[in-house]
Amino acid sequence: MRDLLVLGLAGDAAAYHAFLTELGKHLRAFFRRRMSGLPDDVEDLVQETLLAIHNQRHTYDLGQPLTAWVYAIAKYKLVDLLRRRAGRDLRNDPLDEELDVLAHNDAEAAAARLDLAKLLLRLPARQRLPIVCMKLEGMSVVETARATGMSESAVKVSVHRGLKALAAMIRTRR
Amino acid sequence: MKTHDLVTLLATGVGAVEPGASSRRYTTALGWGAFGATLLMAVLLGVRPDIGAAARLPMFWIKLVFPACVAVASLVAASRLSRPGAQLGPVSVALVAPVLAVWLLTAYVLLAAPPPERAELVMGRTWEYCLFSVPMLSVPVLVATLWAIQGLAPTRLALAGAAAGLLAGAIGALVYALHCTEMEAPFLGVWYVAGMLIPAAAGALLGPIVLRW
Repeated sequence: MRDLLVLGLAGDAAAYHAFLTELGKHLRAFFRRRMSGLPDDVEDLVQETLLAIHNQRHTYDLGQPLTAWVYAIAKYKLVDLLRRRAGRDLRNDPLDEELDVLAHNDAEAAAARLDLAKLLLRLPARQRLPIVCMKLEGMSVVETARATGMSESAVKVSVHRGLKALAAMIRTRR
Repeated sequence: MKTHDLVTLLATGVGAVEPGASSRRYTTALGWGAFGATLLMAVLLGVRPDIGAAARLPMFWIKLVFPACVAVASLVAASRLSRPGAQLGPVSVALVAPVLAVWLLTAYVLLAAPPPERAELVMGRTWEYCLFSVPMLSVPVLVATLWAIQGLAPTRLALAGAAAGLLAGAIGALVYALHCTEMEAPFLGVWYVAGMLIPAAAGALLGPIVLRW
């Protein structure tokens, strides 16, 4: 897995895709074991953590064990979620959630309740357009720059900022 | 959205990550921070007028080397704390060692001095001034370093904030030493240390608020 990440950091998109897929499975198992009381939040947190790992991938030091890096981020995101949950449950009546037993089911385990596609619509156009072009339409940086009329470096910066803004939106929504 | 789609979204069109991005961020932060601190000192306080003569005395250099050592150690600590999963390890020793060295010097000077003079050696003539100026001069570096850490991925926020604060305090003390005319080790051991700890405490309080991601 470490090799896939190293290739990904060097710009190999296929290896990076394989790394994130593999990582998603590990994160799901990790969170499921630790969040038996909140099964519906597992997939949300898997996605939030994947997005965080992608956004902060420049903080991975090649000399460092991958496990330690991933574990620290996953634990940080888990603690962050539990802390926010605790704060919210104090304000809300916790009984309401207990009574909702039948409202959730596991059929859609691979889909999070957060709809990133909808969140994407709330980004300013300057950040949304490059993400849509590059990430959803699969255009290159050069093509995206031509389509949006932005410079190539501005495209890269906007994609990066947009994904960061997306991560921030997920955090504050909860 | 399915996780598979998110993975595809993230991996599509992904570019290479430039190595050394985090150290560049620190360099920028420290450069601007130190520049800001020096400017504040020069404009608001002024460099000590006798700096040419003072530069021939060892105590002048001790006053610079001590905060410089703390600054280097806390910079290493801050950069480790902004990487997930990195351990502090021996850095904590390097953080404490310069303070212990100055305290040893302080103890030696105080024991050698006749008892009636000891209080004056500690209090100097400008302690309130020092206690106010070092934190004041640390503000630019504190803001800049918190900015640098915020763009990385700290997972222990209070500790990362404290390291940023200590770094800022050490740079503040280093710059203040160019203005301050106190030349006794006990003054350094008490008021410089206290002056550096104030921004460190501020950083520890600010960390959990401003460093979240």
